Amino acid sequence: MSAHSTHDTCAHCEHHHELRVDGLAVSYRKTRALENVSFSTLCGNALALVGPNGAGKSTLLKALAGLLRPDCGTILWRGAPIGRWSREIAYLPQRESVDWNFPITVRGVVEMGRYPQVGWWRGFKSKDDQAVQSALDAVEISSLQHRQIRELSGGQQQRVFLARALAQEAHALLLDEPFTGLDRPSQEALAATLRRLAAEGRLVIASHHDLKTVESIYDQVLLLRRKMIAFGTVANTFSKENIATTYREAGKEVA
Amino acid sequence: MPWLDEFLQHAFNRRALLAALLIGFTNGYVSAFIVLRKSALRVGSLSHALLPGIALAVMVAGLTEWSAFLGALFAALFIGLGSLAVSRGSRLDQDSALAILYTAAFSGGIILLRRIGVTQELDHWLFGNIMGLRDTDLWTTFWISAFALTLLTALHRPLLMVMFEPEVAATLGVPVRALNYLLLGTMIVVLISSLQAVGCILALGLLVTPAATLYLLTNSTQWLFWGGALLGALCATSAILLGWWLNLEQGPTIVLLLGLVFVLAFLGSPKYGLLARLRKNA
Repeated sequence: MSAHSTHDTCAHCEHHHELRVDGLAVSYRKTRALENVSFSTLCGNALALVGPNGAGKSTLLKALAGLLRPDCGTILWRGAPIGRWSREIAYLPQRESVDWNFPITVRGVVEMGRYPQVGWWRGFKSKDDQAVQSALDAVEISSLQHRQIRELSGGQQQRVFLARALAQEAHALLLDEPFTGLDRPSQEALAATLRRLAAEGRLVIASHHDLKTVESIYDQVLLLRRKMIAFGTVANTFSKENIATTYREAGKEVA
Repeated sequence: MPWLDEFLQHAFNRRALLAALLIGFTNGYVSAFIVLRKSALRVGSLSHALLPGIALAVMVAGLTEWSAFLGALFAALFIGLGSLAVSRGSRLDQDSALAILYTAAFSGGIILLRRIGVTQELDHWLFGNIMGLRDTDLWTTFWISAFALTLLTALHRPLLMVMFEPEVAATLGVPVRALNYLLLGTMIVVLISSLQAVGCILALGLLVTPAATLYLLTNSTQWLFWGGALLGALCATSAILLGWWLNLEQGPTIVLLLGLVFVLAFLGSPKYGLLARLRKNA
């Protein structure tokens, strides 16, 4: 066990964990969905993936989560290739992809995050229950823990995913369109939560479609339209030219 | 109750009661998986696909419980994998491919069974013959039930994760594909074990209705599984007694009882029932 396995953030560490992507290309069946993606980022950052629909944002997130096998290129997390799965990387799918009628409570979903620790059969020890409880507390859904998941608002549902990632003790969170379908107050609360998680030393990577809010939530941005257009700090990279390049070409193809 | 004493005096009644208990309980438990996966139609196709397998096996090896069992298993695998191959190799979706393959196979099964001179058996395979079970049939049912319940209970945690969100389950290290095959395989074996009781047409009712009823009553996963099992066992055993008392066919009575309980839940469920919804809107 590494020293990192005992706590869930790397704010306490000397050096930050690095995610390094080199020359990544991914295909669905025979269609190339993503190519030429190279960037590296550190724990403590909030990174927005920005681009038009079909630009490959979800594909990139799934590749980072180990769900898709790249055609070529490498994804290194803390210097090692990511495997098919990792406890340290949590994937949070789009809310629409989930069956919210599933008969499970909020706590039940969050407890799934402990699977890497408890495995197939082992019962929950007090350490596991504590991790689940503090995850629920961290995103302020403790009072909802016995509700069926359908009975939550969109913002609360997104928090359930976040709590599961925290119960998993993940260092890196990969979120697919977390703000989609949320009302304004929920969006603001979620933005604050994501910023806090990054400030605590986690790496937050989210696909994001609302250009107006990128600057207030994230500190890094990756502009994407099947190829990587630009990557860097929001201050330097999220420029009018780069945004225009990302979206203008897409508009031409659609027209 | 003198009629109950008389009922229990007959060995075939005792065997039927025991078989109903085992099959009802196991099918009820497994039905939760089918309801959560929303795969009732697929399982229905597979249950029909068992018939030609049984017919072929009886033709080749004669009628023993093992030849019928292996034939059914082979047919289910053939149709299941065949539909997958057709959908991957063409524009058709898997459900359409399944429908084509299983109706064709089912028709072939009916023609075959009539030709090989087991016509009186055909009804048994179609609608079940729970009153005609032998001790060896009971043992087969017992071992299948024990195997399925042990396996699915042991793997309950990862299986639930796969059914809830397969992608997230995969990122947490759950072997999603292996578990999906294992679950399908177990469903097929359980389906085969219920054939003798209710036949391949009615088997689907026993394998869907119990948990579907509980789904309208509870939000607890534990209740969905174990409540489904209890409801399956209760309806199946009641049907045997009721069938004796009122002189009804036991197999169809099982499925009919389950259907009635479902209608009650559909109307009267405190949370998700029709009446509750009407009252809320009023």
